[in-house]
Amino acid sequence: MQELQQILDQALQQFAAISDEAELEQVKAKYLGKEGSLTVLLKGLGKLSAEERPAAGARINQVKQGIESALQQRRDALQQNKLEQKLAAEALDVTLPGRGLGTGGLHPVTRTLERIEQLFHSLGFAIASGPEIERDFYNFTALNIPENHPARAMHDTFYIDPQHVLRTHTSPVQVRYMEANQPPLKIISSGRVYRVDSDATHSPMFHQVEGLWVDEQISFANLKGVVQDFLQRFFERDDLQVRFRPSFFPFTEPSAEMDMSWNGGWLEIGGCGMVHPNVLKHVNIDSEKYLGFAFGLGVERLAMLRYGVNDLRLFYESDLRFLKQFN
Amino acid sequence: MKFSENWLRTWVNPALPSDELAHVLTMAGLEVEALEGVAPAFENVVVAEVLEVAKHPDADRLNVCRVNVGEAQPLTIVCGAANVAVGVKVPCARIGAVLPPSSDNEKGFVIKQAKVRNVESFGMLCSEKELGLADESQGLWLLSSDAQVGKTLREYLELDDKLFTLKLTPNRSDCSGMVGIAREVAALTGSPLKPLEIQIQPVTLSEQLPVHVIDAQACPLYCGRLVRGVNAAAATPAWMLRRLERSGLRGISAVVDITNYVMLEMGQPLHAFDAAQLSGGITVRRARNCEELTLLNEQTVKLDEEVLVIADDARVRALAGIMGGQGSGVETAAREVFLESAFFHPDAIAGKARRFGLATDSSFRFERGVDFAATRQALERATQLLLEICGGSAGAISEVRGQLPAREPIMLRRSRVARVLGIALDNIQIAALLQRLQFEFASNDDDFSVMPPSFRFDLSIEADLIEELARLYGYDNIPAQAPQAVLTMLPYSELQRPLARIQQILVSRDYQEIVSYAFVEEQVERELCGNENPVALQNPIASNLSVMRSSLIGGLVGALRFNLNRKQARVRLFEAGACFAKVNDEYVQSQQLSGLAYGATLPEQWGAAVKSVDFYDVKADVEALFAPQLLRFVAATHPALHPGRSAQIYCGGQAVGWIGELHPRWQQQYDIAQPAVWFEVELGALTRAAVPRMGEIAKSLPVRRDLAVLVDEAVAAQTLLDAMQQVAAPYAQEIALFDVYRGKGLEQGKKSLAFRVLLQDTQKTLTDSEIETSIALLVDKLQQHGAQLRV
Repeated sequence: MQELQQILDQALQQFAAISDEAELEQVKAKYLGKEGSLTVLLKGLGKLSAEERPAAGARINQVKQGIESALQQRRDALQQNKLEQKLAAEALDVTLPGRGLGTGGLHPVTRTLERIEQLFHSLGFAIASGPEIERDFYNFTALNIPENHPARAMHDTFYIDPQHVLRTHTSPVQVRYMEANQPPLKIISSGRVYRVDSDATHSPMFHQVEGLWVDEQISFANLKGVVQDFLQRFFERDDLQVRFRPSFFPFTEPSAEMDMSWNGGWLEIGGCGMVHPNVLKHVNIDSEKYLGFAFGLGVERLAMLRYGVNDLRLFYESDLRFLKQFN
Repeated sequence: MKFSENWLRTWVNPALPSDELAHVLTMAGLEVEALEGVAPAFENVVVAEVLEVAKHPDADRLNVCRVNVGEAQPLTIVCGAANVAVGVKVPCARIGAVLPPSSDNEKGFVIKQAKVRNVESFGMLCSEKELGLADESQGLWLLSSDAQVGKTLREYLELDDKLFTLKLTPNRSDCSGMVGIAREVAALTGSPLKPLEIQIQPVTLSEQLPVHVIDAQACPLYCGRLVRGVNAAAATPAWMLRRLERSGLRGISAVVDITNYVMLEMGQPLHAFDAAQLSGGITVRRARNCEELTLLNEQTVKLDEEVLVIADDARVRALAGIMGGQGSGVETAAREVFLESAFFHPDAIAGKARRFGLATDSSFRFERGVDFAATRQALERATQLLLEICGGSAGAISEVRGQLPAREPIMLRRSRVARVLGIALDNIQIAALLQRLQFEFASNDDDFSVMPPSFRFDLSIEADLIEELARLYGYDNIPAQAPQAVLTMLPYSELQRPLARIQQILVSRDYQEIVSYAFVEEQVERELCGNENPVALQNPIASNLSVMRSSLIGGLVGALRFNLNRKQARVRLFEAGACFAKVNDEYVQSQQLSGLAYGATLPEQWGAAVKSVDFYDVKADVEALFAPQLLRFVAATHPALHPGRSAQIYCGGQAVGWIGELHPRWQQQYDIAQPAVWFEVELGALTRAAVPRMGEIAKSLPVRRDLAVLVDEAVAAQTLLDAMQQVAAPYAQEIALFDVYRGKGLEQGKKSLAFRVLLQDTQKTLTDSEIETSIALLVDKLQQHGAQLRV
């Protein structure tokens, strides 16, 4: 029986030394193959007596199991080894840059507009729009600015023909919307507006956002509340102060300029007021029953403050070095 | 409106420093645009009289002067100015004086006792420039001979005064005179208002000019008077000149200065005619068509019946309320003056000055409204000043009075005040505010009946009064309150894709959004859009921004060039915006989305071949924009595009846009090195969307068959695809082109197209014969179109 132990020891030793799967299978045959040493021993069992046979058989089988288990272990180890080598060979330089398209981006004005619209949307403001070539009537007359009114000179207007202008503000959308819809109503409208003016702080085309809320119980105090809420959310600063300063717009009364605290001073951010009764009259809304407020904000102004843009003209130059900074 | 603070404080003198007063005005709607000192800071500069002037022993250009500065001993001062002379009065900076920075001396300097070429000098005689009061000066500043020697210059010239510049809104014409501003300050601060005392001048001249007002609606009140024996060459007093200058008006001559002064003081524009030049009386009438008038500024204007004029018996002498005619004004030699003070109705003046390209102090006031209760007083005031300064004797006032603007009482309800402002003012508060504003009113419980004063043209309805109350109460004192409202949800249609989502598709495909001007150069419209008749601006800001774009291509090409000039090699841009056209007298404004790609398809990177962007790359971008809507591309020519590389885009049978490579001609003309591919589509077609409905999912797996065919180059892939779709081969779920080959192994002029056909039944697995039957139908159809099946 010492022979059995020797066979086992020898097999274990041999398996451990092999590093090739094919060779391992060959060596396996030496023990477990048709002519293998264990097979021979098993065949020799027949020569033993019936009393000796079970015990001898059990011993041989025990050794056989030992060899098979060692063999499997070695196989697994070799496979694992092989996989590891393969994986190691496949390793990438993960620091190389990714491939494919880059990403573009939205214009900072669009980005600002989306933000403004989202904030007002959260209060239930619907979005309205209107034409940029606007009838003189909607741009002025319906907003209580009759022909020859000095307020017309406040708006250096681009004319297309005597009846059509490039809208000087987004306020005509108010009128168009009120013509088509009955109060209560609550809209904002953004878009391009035009003035004959061009220097470092004025562009002949710029963007405005107009807000309008008409209902039975809407007051100047509410206007202050909504504008302040908006500016604080827009700039994400609860300590932001908003100041209302009396002013004059023919289509609102009382009218106010909105100033915002900024770097220790005040910055003009837009105009607002309670919708003038004459404007409501133009669109057949009963100004005794309904009140409304309206406001207009300069989008570029907000974008400049929010993103630190120091020159208005950059918005329209389409310089990728500028635009990419807002992606 | 610009004015001197000292002048204002002669009427109302609140215990507020200048900046606080400015804040009070700003917060009441009279925005103080600028508050500045009259003079820069300097001290120890006094009025001096030059007693002796002697040549400097060692320097030709210098003089050694003996100067009286109001002390027992005159000072010796070396002076280099050419205009120094015995007897002149000049500013003298004494030792220790600090002079302000000037263009010659940025830091300013301190006057010290110094030796100038061996002569001790004890100060410096100054020019205006050296005191920071002028950009340029010719020699010493010669002061008036009555200047008091020894007085500090600041005191003598009121140099500690401050200048207020008000940005007046069009409704507040009442504050275009000092009287009005003072009234406002008194209302805002509660300080007492000292009234302007006007002395009625005795009539010492029996003559009067006849005055006829033909258009009494346009001129409801006209006052005029003759003054004879006037010395128009008299000097304007320094105090008046100073106030005029501090309001931004130059001194011209005594008579003109007086009329300007009264205008600044009372807000009433006046005109002084040289009465000797007038023939006969004064007529206020509409001009006749084709009448002409050469104005004081030498501009000749053609008049018509719209224009109100002042005429004598011979001709038109002035544009009423705007500007006098040449030759009508008072020159220094004049001896007799006709002074006019009138109320021209705002409607008669509004827009007229602008029509002639004029903007005068007079038209500014009249078109906004002038206090008609003070018209006659202003004439008395001007007469008083004229007699004081120029002498003469005044005739009686000719006054023609018509129907002045009616003042109707306005109803003011306490309840309405509360509703509009969101604050509950009580009756006592409302009454107090009205009183401060000097409004006459009667009250009945919660209702007030308020009479708007003659100087306020902006008060006619209740809202006007509510604004006044709010202004005076203080906008700051009205709380910011969140509105309370009934909550309902907004509609949110799934049949519309939001623009933001569409823009995001392009952003994720590496396009950068731009915003360009909606006006472009006419040439761009003509060349790139074939638009010979663009919507043009009547008053463009520049010739290269003179017409409205009909397409976004101009802005994109401009932006491409801008960036190419800044060494960008790969440019991918898009813009969304309105485009304009005039169709049948209507302006059509369509929202478009447009993109332009230039340079490599991918950013420069490792492991990817460099390929320039081509038609098909951009086509995929357009298809992605529209997905799941399917597009068709039909070869078509566009003025901007390469004729063989352009297509019109169709969606649902409608033409919705264009795609193509920029025409090589424009590429060369605009100096663009490589081809650029452009597309433009209607935003309306892009935002359309449908609500999806689930369809059946096939239980069996699809079978794929590939069909490769050889066709003439001229055969469009779409033709074969359409043909195969037409067959309606059974089970064919998808037919798509997946390969195009031309070149080696193929006959010249031929190409190989390979199609993938996916066959599938929702319920069962297809048998070979079912598959082959279906494919055979497709092959047959392809062959009908001259395609040869490749094996």
